[in-house]
Amino acid sequence: MTKIAFTIDGRSYKAEAGQTILQAAKANDVYIPTLCNYDGLKPVGSCRICTVRVSGRYMASCTQILAAGMAVETSVLDLEDMRRSIIEMLFVEGNHMCPMCEKSGNCELQALAYRYQIMAPRFPYQFPVRRIEPLTSKLMLEHNRCIECQRCVRSVLAKDGRRIFVPQNRSKHRKIGVDAALAAELTDEEARKAMDTCPVGAILRKEVGFAVPIGRRKFDAGPIGGDAGQGPQR
Amino acid sequence: MEHYQEIISRRPREAADLLEIIRDVQASAGCVPEAAVSEIARHLNLSEADVRGAVTFYHFFSLSPRGRYTVYLNTSITSWMAGRADVARAFEEEAGCLFGETTPDGLIGLFSTSCIGMNDQEPSAIINGTVFTRLTPQKARHLVRAMKTGRDVRDLVAEYGDGANQSDLVRAMVSNNIRRRGPVIFGPFEPGAAVRKVVSCAPEEVIREIKEANLLGRGGAGFPTGLKWEFCRKEKAGSRYVVCNADEGEPGTFKDRIILTELPQLLFEGMVVAGYAIGASEGLLYLRSEYSYLRARLESVLESMRREKLLGPEVAGHPRFRFDISIVSGAGSYVCGEESALLESAEGRRGEPRNRPPFPVEIGYRGRPTTVNNVETLCTAAKVVVHGAPWFRSMGTAKSSGTKLLSVSGDCERPGLYELEFGLSVQELLDIAGARDAFAVQVGGPSGTCVPRQDFRRKIAFEDLPTGGAVIIFGPWRNLFEIVKNFMDFFIEESCGWCTPCRVGNSLLKQKLEKITGGRGTRRDLNDLEAWGKVIRAMSRCGLGQTSPNPILTTLQNFPELYEAAVDPKADFAADFDLGEATLEAARLAGRLPELEGASHD
Repeated sequence: MTKIAFTIDGRSYKAEAGQTILQAAKANDVYIPTLCNYDGLKPVGSCRICTVRVSGRYMASCTQILAAGMAVETSVLDLEDMRRSIIEMLFVEGNHMCPMCEKSGNCELQALAYRYQIMAPRFPYQFPVRRIEPLTSKLMLEHNRCIECQRCVRSVLAKDGRRIFVPQNRSKHRKIGVDAALAAELTDEEARKAMDTCPVGAILRKEVGFAVPIGRRKFDAGPIGGDAGQGPQR
Repeated sequence: MEHYQEIISRRPREAADLLEIIRDVQASAGCVPEAAVSEIARHLNLSEADVRGAVTFYHFFSLSPRGRYTVYLNTSITSWMAGRADVARAFEEEAGCLFGETTPDGLIGLFSTSCIGMNDQEPSAIINGTVFTRLTPQKARHLVRAMKTGRDVRDLVAEYGDGANQSDLVRAMVSNNIRRRGPVIFGPFEPGAAVRKVVSCAPEEVIREIKEANLLGRGGAGFPTGLKWEFCRKEKAGSRYVVCNADEGEPGTFKDRIILTELPQLLFEGMVVAGYAIGASEGLLYLRSEYSYLRARLESVLESMRREKLLGPEVAGHPRFRFDISIVSGAGSYVCGEESALLESAEGRRGEPRNRPPFPVEIGYRGRPTTVNNVETLCTAAKVVVHGAPWFRSMGTAKSSGTKLLSVSGDCERPGLYELEFGLSVQELLDIAGARDAFAVQVGGPSGTCVPRQDFRRKIAFEDLPTGGAVIIFGPWRNLFEIVKNFMDFFIEESCGWCTPCRVGNSLLKQKLEKITGGRGTRRDLNDLEAWGKVIRAMSRCGLGQTSPNPILTTLQNFPELYEAAVDPKADFAADFDLGEATLEAARLAGRLPELEGASHD
């Protein structure tokens, strides 16, 4: 494998050619925040939180292939505040009531909000009227919390490869649609995986929401980003 | 009405045919009913969610009935300026339902739609595929009454427009309004000349000529066409595609409609030229749904070109050059004008942009290297092949060669199409179009720039004011904020919703603007407008999102005095809403009125 040289925030690194900027950063232990991205799934670049700046141009690091000599900016004040904006947009777009959410403590959106020290969003809450969809005997879909990351679209497939979750509508009316018949055929294991893959509390496995008590959940042990750092400055 | 089961079963079992099947069902049944969704999913081995996802993406498809007569009334700003509000009210009163609804008997549905490419003859509407222009309240009432008697809307077109609009295959009341015929697009052209000339050259020579001509993409982005073709040709592949982007959806643009009406053969010869240059044997014309009324004539021109051997197995007698063109229709979506979204749509899916790279020249239509070019670009390329690069470079400016088609609308005496050399100033254009007292000119449509009077000396050229050709003129009596809100509504409606900033941010921006125009704005709100707009510009995934805050950002920059005048200069902060007003109804119901500072109770 050929290695190529690049920099992140002025520091020099090397990475394998053909990697995305995000993969190259990760391989060098540099944290770039992500939300829609998921290991093993083709990146879609929907949340835009992993946006970095290269020569004044903004690009999603999850979809952009690294080129030799790139000078990547990521932990800079203005960019971090733009990311904070995006997280805040996601909060005001839906109805996120963390204290009563089954995913609290395991939720990546919540964890990012902590990392970015978001006390109150700069945007007005939209309070959309959204439904809870009782999908199958095992699964329900909480549209209030969906952030359109498309992880379920990419990962939850029927045995013959057909998509069970597919975006419907467009613009702010966009929402995840489900093929009810195919969803009913998911095994217990697949249903659990669907819930675990969802970064927020939108896809829920029924009856197990609070099996692990709050306080002993993923991000109760350590902050998202792993470096236990202070997070970006405000 | 044909039963949809027959429509579906007649089609091949290819997922790429999804949109074509949906289109036929929609046309026959007035919607895609639930049973048809299941049937289509079974036929193509897709999930039902996939089928519903495609139906709900496009404006002209629907899961619920839209009426035996479906009226789509244009919402572009010039439509409002020409009296849309009164026309809409007349439709509603006469039909007995509101916009967004269908009459209880299912006869008439009234819906709004984004710019249909008739900005020079507004208000306009599409009813069951037929275009009606220059509507008045009286005409709207007359149309509804005729629908109630069950007449075919095609018989309601009283008078045909000029030129090929009168052709038996078109029969449209649309006017061309060609005001200025320039030397490139409207210069003399002998049918077949470009095709015959191109096959006598080597493909590399053709690309070199286009590069030397400095032909830049006419859709607005201005990418060098020769370079695009070269990239595409260099890709190692068994087959390549030429795709013509005839999906001009930028509000205010209509130039490609006139090419498609009056010069279809020039366009198709341009596609042959591109195909020969890159080594393709297939071309695809992606025709916006709003222009479907031109499709039969376009098909007939293709047929005659096949008879003339300008298309087919041995194009113009070249033994190794096979090339043919097919037409695929859109279904109502602005973002499909973005080339990768266009390809998604052409392949039968939701028209959402792809992540780039890879670019279409590497992986495009059906995974093959593809050059996607604008209608005007391809016509221009055909002319360059015939007349040569030096001829072309003798026109325009050093950096912007040749001419540009400009779609001019709004407050002027002569709205319509102008072919003019690059480098003319906004003021010169205003003089030619008869706009004496313009106070603002929107160059490049909502995604472009709102130019103020003090900048009218700026030049229309890639190096100064780049544009796909939409020019909308506003007189001093217009309310700039209403214009900006109309443009923001357009982007909010047309966002595919894939990425966060575009999906969420534009609604937030518009709410902020409404706070300001509602008299609750402060300096802080102006700063927010700018900062939030810049987040959307920087963080969005495709060109739609990246340009969507432009109506606000460019007017903030160019008309600061209007914004300054709209806010309270002394206040540091004002809440987004009036607490007293917001709680008034609840307080009344409870039988008490709260004592709130500054609250207005009655």
